[in-house]
Amino acid sequence: MNHSHPKYLNLFEIRLPVPALVSILHRLSGLALFLFLPYLLWLLQASLSSPASFERYRAVLANPFAKLILIGLLWAFLHHLLAGLRFLALDLHWGTELAAARTSSRLVLIGALALTLVLGLWLW
Amino acid sequence: MVKRTVVGAHYGLRGWLAQRVSAVVMAVYALLFVLVLAAIGPVDYAAWRAMFASQAMKLATFVFFVSLFVHAWVGMRDILMDYAKPMSLRLALEALVVVLLLAWAGWALQILWSV
Repeated sequence: MNHSHPKYLNLFEIRLPVPALVSILHRLSGLALFLFLPYLLWLLQASLSSPASFERYRAVLANPFAKLILIGLLWAFLHHLLAGLRFLALDLHWGTELAAARTSSRLVLIGALALTLVLGLWLW
Repeated sequence: MVKRTVVGAHYGLRGWLAQRVSAVVMAVYALLFVLVLAAIGPVDYAAWRAMFASQAMKLATFVFFVSLFVHAWVGMRDILMDYAKPMSLRLALEALVVVLLLAWAGWALQILWSV
């Protein structure tokens, strides 16, 4: 076979279709959640152990840097959840037509950002 | 003949299905968690601890954590299969992920049953 067709793999020049963007963000958000699991477990432990550790947990949450990380993780969770529900729908052959798939991927992208903004402002 | 390698996929449906079942379990738990939080109202330490003191909440959270670690395993395995090409590197990283997830599972149990 002749593989002479052009390959164009400059990552900064490739225009990702919205469903592809949602898909790669699903992977990246999952990886981020995995890497930050010990941090989240540590926070859960601090919040539950004792009244004193609960206060330390609240102090950690009051730190703007920690807040930024947690809001980032909140987005990762929400995007992963919404994109995951979309993938489950696609598994059931719901919304597999091109137009429907594009619309649902836009909804996931915007929905996760909007929910993060609302919950983030409320938690801040 | 399929060439089976030690760090290959499960050559079938199992991982794919486990990913989806665990996802549904976690989505249901997340919904229940938000509803319970909303029912409690403003959360101070006593209310937060009381919430996790009930056996039902402990067991539900335990099932959530097991689903989370199974889900994370399949997801991380997928990522490593795509990007960690040398077989020795992939095997080492997959083993590391399993060891981490087991340790975190023990930690999660400890947190839940110390309440």
